[in-house]
Amino acid sequence: MTADGPTDKSMTELLLAVGRSLDIDAFEALFRHFSPRVKTYMSRSGGSASAEELMQETMVAVWRKASLYDPSKGAASTWIFAIARNLRIDAYRRERRPEFDFNDPAFVPDADPAADMVMTAFEDAGRVQRAMASLPEDQAAVLKLSFFEDQSQSAIATALNVPLGTVKSRMRLAFVKLRAVIGGDPS
Amino acid sequence: MTIAHHVSDDLLVSYAAGALSEGWSIAVATHLALCPDCRQRSSAAEAIGGAILEGLGGPAPEAGSWETVRARLTSAPAEAGQRPVIKSPTLPQPLRGYVGSDLDGVRWQMLGKGASQLRIKTGDRRTQVRLLRIPAGKPVPEHTHGGRELTLVLAGAFHDGEAVFARGDIEDADASLTHTPTATAEADCICLAVTDAPLRFSSWIVRLVQPILGI
Repeated sequence: MTADGPTDKSMTELLLAVGRSLDIDAFEALFRHFSPRVKTYMSRSGGSASAEELMQETMVAVWRKASLYDPSKGAASTWIFAIARNLRIDAYRRERRPEFDFNDPAFVPDADPAADMVMTAFEDAGRVQRAMASLPEDQAAVLKLSFFEDQSQSAIATALNVPLGTVKSRMRLAFVKLRAVIGGDPS
Repeated sequence: MTIAHHVSDDLLVSYAAGALSEGWSIAVATHLALCPDCRQRSSAAEAIGGAILEGLGGPAPEAGSWETVRARLTSAPAEAGQRPVIKSPTLPQPLRGYVGSDLDGVRWQMLGKGASQLRIKTGDRRTQVRLLRIPAGKPVPEHTHGGRELTLVLAGAFHDGEAVFARGDIEDADASLTHTPTATAEADCICLAVTDAPLRFSSWIVRLVQPILGI
């Protein structure tokens, strides 16, 4: 992404505009930016549905659900990733992906609503990307195999020929480092 | 009520990635329903996915792709979730959906010594998912396991050595841990237990001795 390209912040603004008023121009800009990325993401798992089809499904879902997007919970790219991930699981796996439900009476809401507001650092997906680029190669590889290739921990252990415990500890180490950036550590 | 025992980082990261199988995911998602702290960590893990997606290059979509998507857009409002409300259920979603009812509708299967279980069907053949009811003061039966075991408390409490696990707490045990979780004396303990599915041996002789060896 060049300095002239769309920023994370502008992507968030565009998504909010779609959610607010079904702004078709804002949605087209989102589509131009995210469709190649989502298509690449969808092409990483073998399967019958085509990457193009799954990309289109994802973008239609983005349009339909945009009013549910909450910028305090994450950047536009994070929200779109979650939609794409769920559609990829539906398309390629026989399993479901269980999720919690905000509307469930047994759901325990955050006692401190202000805690949601500390998440502004999420808006800067670029910072997370830079932090990921600085991870040791072996930790970055484990994240890529998980997020991109959809590999279970034991499949990663087999692929890299390391013990399962090593895969888990690499994930933990990487996550601790990234959280320092994602969580907007004030120090 | 404060949750003291949380989901480990590696499970949260795998869950956010979409790489965690269904059985483990039920325990993680049900814990998230009860634990605002872990929901924040889970959002942080999803941000990794957002950054990875943002960093992906790729070919431009096919010609006409935008027009196709545009033609599918409707101005229908987003689906808002309004469902019939059950008063303060003990089992949160997504678990309640898997069980098919709240606790009062569970058809328990006796395990002996007063304990009972409900097997929960999933599409995941690599794990075994069960709801357990342990009588007050009694130990969890047949809890030897060859791999990982996640136990999420939904009602009552159990202690394992010095540690006490109450509603929302999750115990993450691996094969190296010898433990004797025991329900506390005050009430029956209801928990969700997810384990690696038992190994299936192809030889009938091994299958015959498997229960004897306890493997």
